[in-house]
Amino acid sequence: MTPKNTDTDIPKLELKGLKKSFGNKHILRGLDLSIPKGKSLVIIGGSGTGKSVMLKCILGLIHPDEGSILIDGKETIGTSAKERDIFMHKFGMLFQGAALFDSLKVWENVAFGLIHGRNIDRKKAREIAQEKIKAVGLRAEVADLYPAELSGGMQKRVGLARAVAASPEIIFFDEPTTGLDPIMADVINDLIVDSVKGLGATALSITHDMASARKIADHIAMLHEGKIVWHGPIDKLDNSGNEYVEQFIHGRADGPITRRVA
Amino acid sequence: MSSTSISKPKSDKPQNAIVETALETCEATGRTILSFFALVGRIANFIGKSIYHCFTPPFFPSQLGRQILNIGYYSLPVVGMTALFTGMVLALQSYTGFTRFNAEGAIAGVVALSVTRELAPVLAGLMVAGRVGASIAAEIGTMRVTEQIDALTTLSVNPFKYLVAPRILAGTLMLPILVLIADIIGIYGGYVVAIYSLDFSVGSYITQTWDTIQPIDVISGLIKAGVFGFIVTIMGCYHGYNSARGAQGVGAATTNAVVSSSILILIFNYLLTQVFFS
Repeated sequence: MTPKNTDTDIPKLELKGLKKSFGNKHILRGLDLSIPKGKSLVIIGGSGTGKSVMLKCILGLIHPDEGSILIDGKETIGTSAKERDIFMHKFGMLFQGAALFDSLKVWENVAFGLIHGRNIDRKKAREIAQEKIKAVGLRAEVADLYPAELSGGMQKRVGLARAVAASPEIIFFDEPTTGLDPIMADVINDLIVDSVKGLGATALSITHDMASARKIADHIAMLHEGKIVWHGPIDKLDNSGNEYVEQFIHGRADGPITRRVA
Repeated sequence: MSSTSISKPKSDKPQNAIVETALETCEATGRTILSFFALVGRIANFIGKSIYHCFTPPFFPSQLGRQILNIGYYSLPVVGMTALFTGMVLALQSYTGFTRFNAEGAIAGVVALSVTRELAPVLAGLMVAGRVGASIAAEIGTMRVTEQIDALTTLSVNPFKYLVAPRILAGTLMLPILVLIADIIGIYGGYVVAIYSLDFSVGSYITQTWDTIQPIDVISGLIKAGVFGFIVTIMGCYHGYNSARGAQGVGAATTNAVVSSSILILIFNYLLTQVFFS
């Protein structure tokens, strides 16, 4: 007798045969991926391999040409605006450049999704925002500043506070440490780990930064030319036996991954 | 390649070249026509979506208030100055022209009709296109480039409802109000020149203005203003929303917003004048 599927058997996020092309450029060529609930998966891969396109497909910002995107076992592609809204409520996202709204104060940025996306009262949302701002290691006074008055590292922290403000079930991190000095990068990595573990959320990150990947990942997947070429637990990364992974993690110019210089 | 061309008879060469040139021209023309229709389709789709989101909840009244202030209140000095000097110049020019035919008495009517029917809506539309259309395209374009629009989506807020709808509503509502004020200021400009510089009598100038002007003159100008407000804001939003990456992309979006809305204002001004007065 086959055991019944339980909630924990169903991956939190699953991609099946995802394809996306822009004209003649085939970016995703049948991408398959799954993340169990509560786990952190980091996707590594060179620039232009389709990492950001994959993320945008999951977030519904780009429509894939073919394939399936399942959240808690439910198809998200082709759903109505109302159903998509339900899926979006499960997501939080830290953008590469933080993508803070310049015209709003820091606390309004953090509380934005609570006020406008979930109709939480402004006063209550401000309290939650202030808690989150404190949790990412920023002083309370920062709440009333504008994003332009903050350093890159502080903006990333605010972006992280905004991503976790509504306690999402799945958090996406798009190159979270890009543009930061090594110490600030490590601080952000620690905050990511704490936030994800604290919420019990599932995390999907894309990065080039191997130090960051090693710190925040439970599992690693390598994306090359629109397909996953290796997927495994973080402790197997150094013994993957995969020539693409070997070349990437050691940053070697020679190997199966070739770069054309135009 | 060269061997085939050598082996061909000499007489074929010019004929082939003509056919090739003709084909290339047809191809280029076809591509241009197709891309034009694709652009029209994209703009129509954008307009349809924008209008839909203007009238379906959730609404963002604070955003609408902000845009009303920006488009209406802050454009007032520019529009007011334009209207004042236009009315003044119109009175002066009419006087120098009409004295040749002893028709100075018509100046008040000419100023009133020109300002209310044409000059106030068109010039206010063009000034707002330069001030507001450019700023909308630059702001939304920067938000596109820095992923702020994507961030809105991930925070469960529809960018059309939050960014586009308030701007379109504010533009369509505020431009008629600006034009109404510009009508008054423009006519007053003509009055000032006529009374203080050309020695017209106050009573006859005012009477003539009232006698000439009809409700349709003002109403047609206000309807035009509403259409121009819609054009300016929708073009600003469209070009900003579809801005290409980088500073150059945002710059191009800003230029395209101002140029396209200015041209559309002039085209629609002609079409609406045909509808109202032909």
